[in-house]
Amino acid sequence: MTAFLAVILRDLKLATRVGGDALTLVLFFVMVGVIVPFAIGPDSATLSRLAPGIIWIAAFLSMLLGLDRLFRADDEDGSLVLFRHAALPLEAIVAAKVIAHWLLTALPLLVASPLLAVLLGMDLASWGRTVLSLLLGTPGLVALGTIGAAVTVSLRRGGLIAPVLILPLSIPILIFGTGAIAAAGAAGSSAAALLFLAAISLVTLALAPFAAALALRLAED
Amino acid sequence: MTLEATLKRGNWFSRLANPGRFLAWSKGFVWPLAALTALLFAVGLYLALVASPADYQMGQTVRIMYIHVPNAWLSQFVYAVMAIASIGTLVWRHPLADVAAKSAAPLGATFTGLALFSGSLWGRPTWGTFWEWDGRMTSTLILFLIYLGIVALWRAFDDQGRAARIIAVFTLVGALDIPVVKFSVDWWNTLHQPASVFTMSGEHMPPAMLIPLLVMTLAFTLLFITLHLVRMRTEILRRRAETLERQAAASLAA
Repeated sequence: MTAFLAVILRDLKLATRVGGDALTLVLFFVMVGVIVPFAIGPDSATLSRLAPGIIWIAAFLSMLLGLDRLFRADDEDGSLVLFRHAALPLEAIVAAKVIAHWLLTALPLLVASPLLAVLLGMDLASWGRTVLSLLLGTPGLVALGTIGAAVTVSLRRGGLIAPVLILPLSIPILIFGTGAIAAAGAAGSSAAALLFLAAISLVTLALAPFAAALALRLAED
Repeated sequence: MTLEATLKRGNWFSRLANPGRFLAWSKGFVWPLAALTALLFAVGLYLALVASPADYQMGQTVRIMYIHVPNAWLSQFVYAVMAIASIGTLVWRHPLADVAAKSAAPLGATFTGLALFSGSLWGRPTWGTFWEWDGRMTSTLILFLIYLGIVALWRAFDDQGRAARIIAVFTLVGALDIPVVKFSVDWWNTLHQPASVFTMSGEHMPPAMLIPLLVMTLAFTLLFITLHLVRMRTEILRRRAETLERQAAASLAA
């Protein structure tokens, strides 16, 4: 357990230090939300109707673009070799990195979501559903992204391939995530979408560390 | 096992694992398979375009089905071939399994693209729209993107050996989409027609349309097998050429 927590703390410390990029992804998330009204016009009715989708696309993009930092730095400084031969199983280490990555990328998104909700003209109830759907959906997204990051870790210029690989597989999360925010009237459908979202997240959280660890082992020289 | 031991005691499949023997064995199959494919296409196209009846609802546009359905079936079949090849790479370390997977990926992408294209052309006169975001079309589009991602992944790696095993892992993860595509017409209220060839209550299609459909499906499947075999042979030869290039460069440097 100590080793597990140590891996999480290491990632958190590295990211929040001077050379870390913890804030950059949050800024990207907010900026996507800022530029969309410039693109589709400031009409508040349209914006508030499209707001769930915009917030989820912004979350998607910032999480997918941040995937590279999962294993790249460890591969470059040799920590990945240590992880492969550590006493703690590689699957557990990947799970610890999933938790750390979620804390560093998804939690700031949740904290910044009120700002985005105000910019896009969402009301309080919609924002509440947004937070819930992001809370349930982002763990699955991070876990799925770990597979993409592990598959592309040995590619020197493979930074953009991981999002391309993971995007088709994470479309169900996007569908249920936006479905959970929509339709205040059809409360039943919102609950069903949230349940599906939770189910997808739980299954990916359980299975992704095994696939990612296998890919990391195969990437050994 | 040494090559001699494999030749003496191994079965037919493990003898073929040697690329040189595979090249020699497959050489005799290429032209006969191509001729058989051409023959089946000739027969199938005649049956589909001339000899089969028009649909009572759709009229002559039903004939697109004889192109669309085989392509759609192949898009899933090729992924199954890739998934089995990936298991062969990861579990049995079969030397030619990664060649099979690498060769199948662009073919699968093409068949999926053709299925989407022909379905889109069919949808315009019958449903009134080129595209609809329903379950079957969305999941097939996702399958198309997964194929393209795998093709991009193959091109991104320098070391093809390591690439083979890593891409095998990703192929198996992406295989989760196949049941979604297959059963999407049952799970969701979709615009796309539900299963009508192999259903629980037997076949719904009259033989006059079923026979041309089966012939065209067989023709397209043989087309895939022929192209796949040729691509595998080309890939083995390409790897040999690369090795020779590397050896030549090394001897130049020495």
